[in-house]
Amino acid sequence: MLAFISLVAGILLHIPDGFLSLVISLLCWLAAVVMLAVAARKAQVDYDERLIPVAGVMAAFIFAAQMLNFPVAGGTSGHLIGAALAFIVLGPWLGLLVMTAVIALQALLFQDGGLIVMGANILVMGLVPGFVGYGVYRLAANRSKSFKLAAAGVGAWLSIVAAALVTALLLAFSGTANLDIVVPVMVGVHMLIGMGEALVTVAALTFIMRSRPALLDESAATAGGRWVLAGLGIALLVVLFAPYASPSPDGLEWVAGQQGFLETALDAPYQFLPDYTIPGLGETGLSTIVAGLVGVLVVTAVILLVGRLLKRPQRSQSGA
Amino acid sequence: MRADTFDRYIRRESLVHRLDPRLKVVVALVFILATALLPDGAWLGFALSWLLIFWLTRLAWLPYRVVWKRSLVIVPFLLAAVTVLVNVPGTAVFTWQIGPFTLAITDAGLVRFVSILIRGWLAVQVAILLTAVTPFPDLMHALTHLRVPAILVSIISFMYRYLFVLADEAQRLMRARQARSARLPGTGLHGGSLFWRAKVTGHMVGQLFSRSLERSDRVYNAMLARGFQGRMLTINPHVMRRFDWLAGGTAVSIIVLIQLIARNDLHIY
Repeated sequence: MLAFISLVAGILLHIPDGFLSLVISLLCWLAAVVMLAVAARKAQVDYDERLIPVAGVMAAFIFAAQMLNFPVAGGTSGHLIGAALAFIVLGPWLGLLVMTAVIALQALLFQDGGLIVMGANILVMGLVPGFVGYGVYRLAANRSKSFKLAAAGVGAWLSIVAAALVTALLLAFSGTANLDIVVPVMVGVHMLIGMGEALVTVAALTFIMRSRPALLDESAATAGGRWVLAGLGIALLVVLFAPYASPSPDGLEWVAGQQGFLETALDAPYQFLPDYTIPGLGETGLSTIVAGLVGVLVVTAVILLVGRLLKRPQRSQSGA
Repeated sequence: MRADTFDRYIRRESLVHRLDPRLKVVVALVFILATALLPDGAWLGFALSWLLIFWLTRLAWLPYRVVWKRSLVIVPFLLAAVTVLVNVPGTAVFTWQIGPFTLAITDAGLVRFVSILIRGWLAVQVAILLTAVTPFPDLMHALTHLRVPAILVSIISFMYRYLFVLADEAQRLMRARQARSARLPGTGLHGGSLFWRAKVTGHMVGQLFSRSLERSDRVYNAMLARGFQGRMLTINPHVMRRFDWLAGGTAVSIIVLIQLIARNDLHIY
């Protein structure tokens, strides 16, 4: 069962059509389109007419890299998802274009992920993991090599966890999954998957640093630290706005629960079945809000903490 | 690997294949949008939508089996949607006692779950049908005409062009790894720890990246040598014929009709 879940979890980030509410899908498209417009302009400045061949071949590279798998245990295998790596080695703007091409081709050709929800998939597999991974990596910008690698590893891990969290929240707010179950399960499973992502990303970067040291210095020249904030800002916006946009009864209940929460004197205006409270996971709409927010805040806190740790000057570094 | 390894197009000489790709993209999007808009428990609407897909498959001279097989990609999402069973207030159908947990599946939850599944399944079949009856380059061309930014379309087209080339490289890397990873028969050992295996894979990814970057350089030089000026050109002007307008109008009318019938049907019960 666990094997099946972990096998499936990688695919779980490709949301199919019909699993998100229309309003949420459009909201995600809006966010994606705005960021893509910025990315296209910035990348064009950097690459000029080279942009198309470089981005196209690199997108094919990410697709091919996802084919490189390694046996994990009991017949399952892990592979790279690649958003963090793409953003780190190509820079955020080219990285976003590349990941968008990968997502679009997977949806158009293989139906991995839907068309109407493609905006959400760009958010979940491109924007959020890319900026989170890149942001953490940039925090170690002027540090030693091993420091950078450690930051990339943490960033890659966080990128997968953040992607899973946002996917779970989008599904729950669309009324296609139970928030109390889907958030801990998705985040939990992807905490494991993220470790594979971190290992492979770090190893790939080690190789690239050795074979093409100039490349990473180049992409490090583009401005940095605020990308953590950009990535998180987008994630938070979606998380906060999605429930208000949700047309499904669950989403409305969720908002109703929140209003009950704001006017603390009121009871929650709806009743769950008395039989199916799930201890430890929460039993009211109130706890679901808290769960969602706590999730995002935990990720933020971890990133900031990691940032602090990395920023602390380390004189004893040997710079392996 | 061959150039068409990843191709999903199935060549036929049917009416559907000959339609203008722009029209096919628009109708497919409208159809997917419409399935997403069908309310929970609109069984009649679901059935009619499926019939339309089935009929279009026949009209395209394709065996429905192909669409069915490819539509199984959404099965993993069963897992995410299954959690919706226990959240919806309603009359309990089943209750389970698992240790301290009591899980109740309600009738409303069941309707929601099945509806989500059917909607997702219908939408994915429409997309499958679209890619089966439209060659990928035509699809890209249609997207350009539909005002998708040319730069994005060009990147996706390029990716498509080099997909099998780089997938081939990836396979070669894996073959090389396999050739160097001797394994004692019957032990099931893969050699090295999990950590080591991930590291080796990471190095392979890095290697593939280096090769891809070099290749993109060569490709760009070759393009310059052939007079590339930053824009992809085409000699295939798609023209909407009267039949295309007619077919598109009919398809959209049927989709709207299904939507009306489905909603009407829900009001009766």
